[in-house]
Amino acid sequence: MRPGSGNRAQCFAVLAMLAAPALALGAYGDAVHPIPNMFAPVSPPAEAIRQLSFLVSAIAAGIFLTVSGILFWCVWRYRARPGDDREPPQVYGSNPIEWSWTIVPVLIVLVLFLATWRTIDEIQASEPPPDSLHVTIIGHQWWWEIHYPDLGVVTANELHLPVSTADARRPTYLTLESADVIHSFWVPQLAGKMDVVPNRTNRLWVEPQVTGTFLGQCAEYCGTQHARMLLRVIVHEPDDFERWAAAQRAPAASDPSVAEGRAIFQRTACVNCHSLDGTIADGRFGPDLTHLMSRTTIGAGAALNTPENLRAWIEDPNTFKPGVLMPAMKLDDEQIDKLTAFLVTLK
Amino acid sequence: MWTKVHEWAVTVDHKKLGVMYIASALGFFLIAGLEATLMRIQLAFPNNDFLPPTTFNRLFTMHGTTMVFLVGMPMFFGFANYLTPLMIGARDLAFPRLNAFGFWLFLFGGLLLYFSFLGGDGLYGAGTAPDVGWFAYSPLTGRAFSRGNSTDYWTLGILVSGLGSTATALNLATTIITMRCPGMTYGKMPLFVWLMLVNCILSLVILTPLTAAQVMLLFDRFLGAHFFDTQAGGSAVLWQHFFWFFGHPEVYVLILPAFAIASEVVPVFSRKPLFGYPFMVGATVMIGFISMSVWAHHMFVVGLSPAANTFFAASTMAIAVPTGIKIFNWLGTMWGGKIRFRMPMMWCTAFIFSFVIAGLTGVMLAIAAWDFQLSDSYFVVAHFHFVLIGGLLFNIFAAIYYWYPKVTGRMLDEKLGRLHFWIFVTGFYITFFTMHFPGLLGMPRRIYTYDAGRGWDTLNLICSLGVAVQAVGLLFFVWNLIRSYRKGEVAGDDPWDAWTLEWSTTSPPPEYNFERIPVVHSRRPLWDLKHPQDPDWKYE
Ligand code: HEM
Ligand SMILES: [Cu+2]
Repeated sequence: MRPGSGNRAQCFAVLAMLAAPALALGAYGDAVHPIPNMFAPVSPPAEAIRQLSFLVSAIAAGIFLTVSGILFWCVWRYRARPGDDREPPQVYGSNPIEWSWTIVPVLIVLVLFLATWRTIDEIQASEPPPDSLHVTIIGHQWWWEIHYPDLGVVTANELHLPVSTADARRPTYLTLESADVIHSFWVPQLAGKMDVVPNRTNRLWVEPQVTGTFLGQCAEYCGTQHARMLLRVIVHEPDDFERWAAAQRAPAASDPSVAEGRAIFQRTACVNCHSLDGTIADGRFGPDLTHLMSRTTIGAGAALNTPENLRAWIEDPNTFKPGVLMPAMKLDDEQIDKLTAFLVTLK
Repeated sequence: MWTKVHEWAVTVDHKKLGVMYIASALGFFLIAGLEATLMRIQLAFPNNDFLPPTTFNRLFTMHGTTMVFLVGMPMFFGFANYLTPLMIGARDLAFPRLNAFGFWLFLFGGLLLYFSFLGGDGLYGAGTAPDVGWFAYSPLTGRAFSRGNSTDYWTLGILVSGLGSTATALNLATTIITMRCPGMTYGKMPLFVWLMLVNCILSLVILTPLTAAQVMLLFDRFLGAHFFDTQAGGSAVLWQHFFWFFGHPEVYVLILPAFAIASEVVPVFSRKPLFGYPFMVGATVMIGFISMSVWAHHMFVVGLSPAANTFFAASTMAIAVPTGIKIFNWLGTMWGGKIRFRMPMMWCTAFIFSFVIAGLTGVMLAIAAWDFQLSDSYFVVAHFHFVLIGGLLFNIFAAIYYWYPKVTGRMLDEKLGRLHFWIFVTGFYITFFTMHFPGLLGMPRRIYTYDAGRGWDTLNLICSLGVAVQAVGLLFFVWNLIRSYRKGEVAGDDPWDAWTLEWSTTSPPPEYNFERIPVVHSRRPLWDLKHPQDPDWKYE
C-alpha cells in the first residue's frame, strides 16, 4: 500500500481560496442603477435585520474558525508518515465528549433563536400608527400596479414615498396583492421581502429615512419575464412628496397639437388594457398611462423612458422584453410617430 | 454484444442494477451540468442575449429537476442497491424483480421528462420542456398560466419515477430489516446501512404527499378541479405546504447517503473505528424526524404569522445540532488516527470543510428574519450548491474512488484522481463561494439577465469562469473511469485494508455474493479476522 503523501501545501491552497473574494460591501451605485445592498439599509426593518445578521455572522465565523481549525490540525498532525504501518490506538468514543458537543451547540442555537424571535416580532407584528401612509401594491406579470387610496393616486412600477425623520415620522404600510401568480416584493434597503400571493393580502412596513432612489426587484419566479420586473422607490422630502402627489392627481394633459395621436390611441386596442384619464381607456391589465412621462423607465425597468425608447416599445415591446404580454401594435410609421408625440405630453 | 445488452436488460441482480442506477445518474448529471453551463454563459455578462428568456427558464427548471430526481435519488439507490446486501451479508434484495421494476420506472420517468425537449419549438428553444421551476409553484402551473404540455411532462415524469423510488425504498428497507446475516444486530450494522434504512423510511413517508400533490395538480389541469387554481378560489399556499413537506426532507434524502459514505471512508482511511457510533445512529434518527417539521422555512416570506415563522425557525435551527454531532464525530475519528490521503479520503476531507460552510449558511437562512432578505436570492443558490456539490457530489466521488475496485476489480488512477480533485474543487469554490455575494447585493435567483451597474457584473463573470474550471476537472474524472476500466492496476479483494463485509468477497463479487453466508460478532468483522488477538467484540 502506498503511504499518504505530504499535505501541507494542500492546506495552504484551501486557505488562500477562502480569503480571495474579500469584497467591498457597502457600495450604492449610481442614480439609475443603485445597488440594492442589504447592508446599506435606510429603513428600520432593514436595519434590524442587518443588526441581527452581524450577530449571526460573528457567531458563525467563530464556529467556522474552530471547526475548520480542528480539521486542518487533524489533516496536518495525523496524516500517516511514510513507513509507519502500525495501527493507531483504537478509540471507540467517549460519552462525556459526545454530551459536551451536543449541549454547547444547543446553547448556541438557543441564543440565535431568541435573537431571531425578537427581530421577527419587531418587524412583523407592529400595528400601523394612525398617521401612516397606506399604499396598495398589486403584482402583475410582469409589472407593479401602485395605489394610494388616501391620496387618490394610481401609478406603476415607481413607488414614491415621503422621508421619515426623527421628529416627523412617516412610516408607510404596504398592502400586497396579486392579480395573477405569486410575486415577491423586495427592496433590500427598505425591508426584507414579502411574497405577493393571489387570494391573500400580505402587509409590509417600510420607513425610509434617507431621500434618494432605491432599487428592488420581484423575487419569486413568476414566468417568462421574471427578470424584468423591477421596482424603483423614490424617497422625497415631505413638500416634494406633496407636490408629486398633486401632480399625479392633476387631470391628464390635453394638448390640442397632439389631438391626432390621441385619436389614434382611442381607436387602437391600447384602451382595452391601459387606462388614461380623460379618454375612454380604462383597462386594468396594463399600467396606467395618465402621467406616463413622470416615470423614469418603461416596462418595469426594461428601458429608460425616452421618446425614442417609447416609440420602439410601441412598435414592438418584444425587443426590450421578449415574452411581454403587450402585443406589437401593427401601426404604420406615421401613426406611431403621432401616437408617440401624444404620449410624451403625458407629464 | 446483443447478448450482453439482453443480459443487462433482464437482470434482477442487485449489483448490476446498482451499477445501472449509478451509470444513469452519471449520464443525467452530465446533461444537467451542460444545462447549468448554458445558464452560466448567459449570466456571465449583463444584458447578454445568448439564450432567450423562455429557454433559460426551461433550463433552470430541467437542471433543478434533473439534479434532484434523476441524479441525487438514483445515486442513493445505486449505492444502496449495490452495497447494502454485501454489507449485511445477504445474497440479494428481498424482492429482486421489484428492484428491476423500480429501476426501469425511474429510467422511463426520466426519459419521459426529457422527451419534452423534442416538442413545440424544438431543441434550441428548448421544446416544451417544463419552465415552472423544480418546485412548480401554483398557480404558475395552472392551465391559465402554463398552456401546452410542459407542466404535464414535469408532473408525469416525476410521478412515474417517484413510483419507482417508492418500490425501491420499500424493497431496501425490507431487506435491511429482515435479511441481515447471523450476528448482525441493529447495533452492529455498518453506519452506512443505518443511514440507508433511515433514508428509505424517510423516502416512503415523504413521497406520499408529493404523489398526492401531483395527482391533485393533474386533476386541476385535466378535470378542472380547483385545488390550486387561484382564479377559481383555490389556494396557492396549499401547494407549497404539500410540496415542501416533501421537498425539505428530500434534501436530507439526498444528503444522508453522503453522510453514509463519509462514515465508511473516514474510519478506514484514519485507521480507527468510527467515533461514537451510538451517537451517530441517534443523530441520524433525529435528523430524519426533525426534517419533517421544518418545511415552512421555505415559506418564511409567504406571509405566515410571526408565531409560525418563529416555530419553524426554531425547528430548523434544531436540526443543526445532530448535524453538528456528525461532523464532530468524523473529526473525532480522524483525531489520533494515521490518515492516508488517498482519493476517497481527500474527497471526504473536502466534504467536511465545505459542509461546515454549507451548514453555517444554512443556519443564516434559518434565522427567519434574515431570511426575509436572503430567501430567493443568489445567496440561497450558493448555499444549496455547497450542500449538494460540496456535500453530496464530493462524497459520491469519494464513493466511486472507494468502491470502483470492488465493482470492476481495478483501481482508479491516483494521478488523474488528484488532477480531478484539485481542479474541480478549485472551480467549485470560484463559482459557488463567489455566488454568495451577488445575493447579498440583492440579486434574485431565476433571472435570465440583469442590467449593468448594479454591482453584480464582475461577480457573475467570476462565477461563470469557475464553471469552465469545474468542467476541466470532470474531464479528468471521466477519462479516469474509462481508462482504468481497461488498464487500471488490479485491485485484489481488499485493496484499502478495510473492515466491512463487502471486502471479504472477491472483486468483482460473484453473482451470489458470498460462498457461505458470513457470521459477524462486531461492527468491523474484518478487523476481527485480521487482529484475532485484539478483536472488536471485546469492547462493544
Ligand atoms: C457544475 C455544477 C453546477 C452548476 C454550475 C450549477 C449552476 C446552477 C445555476 C446557475 C442554477 C440556477 C440558479 C437560479 O437562477 O436560481 C442552479 C439551480 C439549481 N441547481 Fe445547480 N449547478 C450545478 C450543480 C448542481 C448539482 C450537483 C445539484 C444537485 C445535486 C444542483 C441542484 C440545483 C437545484 C435543485 C437548482 C434549483 C433549480 C430551480 O431554481 O428550480 N446543481 N444551478
Ligand atoms: Cu414577479
